[in-house]
Amino acid sequence: MALHNKKNSVIPGFGPTLGYTIFYLSLIVLIPLSALVIKSTDLSWQQFVGAVTADRVLASYRVTFGAALMAAAANAFFGVLVAWVLVRYRFPGKRLVDALVDLPFALPTAVAGITLATVYSSNGWLGRYLEPRGIKVAFTPVGIFVAMTFIGLPFVVRTVQPVLEELESEVEEAAVCLGACRWQTFSRVLFPTLLPSVLTGFALAFARAVGEYGSVIFIAGNMPMVSEITPLLIITKLEQYDYAGATAIASVMLGASFILLFAVNLLQWWSRRYAE
Amino acid sequence: MHLPGRKNRDSTAFAGRGMTEPALVRWFLIASALAFLALFLFVPLAAVFSQALEKGWDAYIEAIREPDALTAIKLTVVTAAIAVPLNLVFGVSAAWAIAKFKFRGKSFLITLIDLPFSVSPVISGLIYVLLFGLQGWLGPWLQEHNVKIIFAVPGIVLATIFVTFPFVARELIPLMEAQGKDEEEAATVLGASGLQTFFRVTLPNVRWGIIYGVILCNARAMGEFGAVSVVSGHIRGSTNTVPLHVEILYNEYNYAAAFAVASLLALLALVTLAVKSVAEWKMRKEA
Repeated sequence: MALHNKKNSVIPGFGPTLGYTIFYLSLIVLIPLSALVIKSTDLSWQQFVGAVTADRVLASYRVTFGAALMAAAANAFFGVLVAWVLVRYRFPGKRLVDALVDLPFALPTAVAGITLATVYSSNGWLGRYLEPRGIKVAFTPVGIFVAMTFIGLPFVVRTVQPVLEELESEVEEAAVCLGACRWQTFSRVLFPTLLPSVLTGFALAFARAVGEYGSVIFIAGNMPMVSEITPLLIITKLEQYDYAGATAIASVMLGASFILLFAVNLLQWWSRRYAE
Repeated sequence: MHLPGRKNRDSTAFAGRGMTEPALVRWFLIASALAFLALFLFVPLAAVFSQALEKGWDAYIEAIREPDALTAIKLTVVTAAIAVPLNLVFGVSAAWAIAKFKFRGKSFLITLIDLPFSVSPVISGLIYVLLFGLQGWLGPWLQEHNVKIIFAVPGIVLATIFVTFPFVARELIPLMEAQGKDEEEAATVLGASGLQTFFRVTLPNVRWGIIYGVILCNARAMGEFGAVSVVSGHIRGSTNTVPLHVEILYNEYNYAAAFAVASLLALLALVTLAVKSVAEWKMRKEA
């Protein structure tokens, strides 16, 4: 970090605060994370590839990334809907609904997990209506989708909402004056403006769902090859004292997270440029 | 219904200008949004409390007063009491350096601070097992000196610090950037020391942002499951936090007790959301 700009400012405390920030960041985050990367090099390349491409591991990637993708897509659609309704319409209890959207951020994942498993089980409040119609949720891959949708719910709403609030009504008025119907105004004028924020929310929800553990394991059923998510597989390996295998799979997951983080940063940069 | 300062952008502002949807469409959209939220949020939230009280008040109180539950509550409170202040000090210091000064690599530093949010909780626990576990780098040395970190309280605290690491910093950085540095510069020129400037000038401006970050940090610290589950070893009555205790009760088919203890965490979540809403409202008013 270059310190040469310090003399431009009369405010004191740059050295100590930046120094402490980097020290604490290294101690808590960077050194432990590099332990994972270095530990994964204990295996030879063949062993590493073998560990991360075993059939059971590949099946877990399919389950995890597939369910996360569907959950993020559902959240993108309903997230725009909820944000739209909260910003544009007036209805009783709106403030309460607005505040409760953040519940998945505040509710511990284990509580969400046992509750969703109970509510969507065959005699649960919602499961008892779904099961006679042939929709089995708890202890199937559908359950994983439900849990991942729950924990990703706030992301799209909270990225789209401020953009919708800041939107100038002149653009819409112009579209109306030029003869656009309401749907045309939305699809040709409003939606393109919202798109970067929708995609950012989608990527954030997807990233969160891929790594999610607590809320999923209670409702998933955890059958190897069918409904076993990758984070659970890492824990299973750890419990069998297969540290090398757990570390190898974890480093693949970490790589995926970094790619997603990079994508989110790009999207945010794009939406900022878009807003200007 | 509308907060002062918030733009009035609902249907009434647009009515009569061809700028809103027909009433039927409006009600259909509201109903769909609420139905989605009901399926995924409201019904599960109500179910926590309903399940918790299924066997009556006495069973509820009994589940919470049971010794293992009390030990778990104590451990959770102690963990949060260590993790939250540490991350608060870090968050304030990082926000000061990032918001009040210009330097190269700033946005990279912000990305690094956000890193724990993109790491799976399971991996957050695993990295400390790899450092301090018996097969880890420091494991043999720690065992020689009789220090236990993994499957003990220090590991739980470390994993909790990791997963709650960015909360205060990421709330304060944009807030302090938006407020600029004119007031701090004025204070310094008038002879205030760094600490005086911070406590008398900056702190009053960002106090609701700090409360916001701390309350969310605390909710996550008390509720973390995945990371803590990897490092705790699940020793009942010793290294079980409240979420892990809920898991054990649930896996023992002791549903009423599991939901009773879980309802404490759900209450904490509701209080968190309430304080968060107040903080947001105050910040918007002061902005």
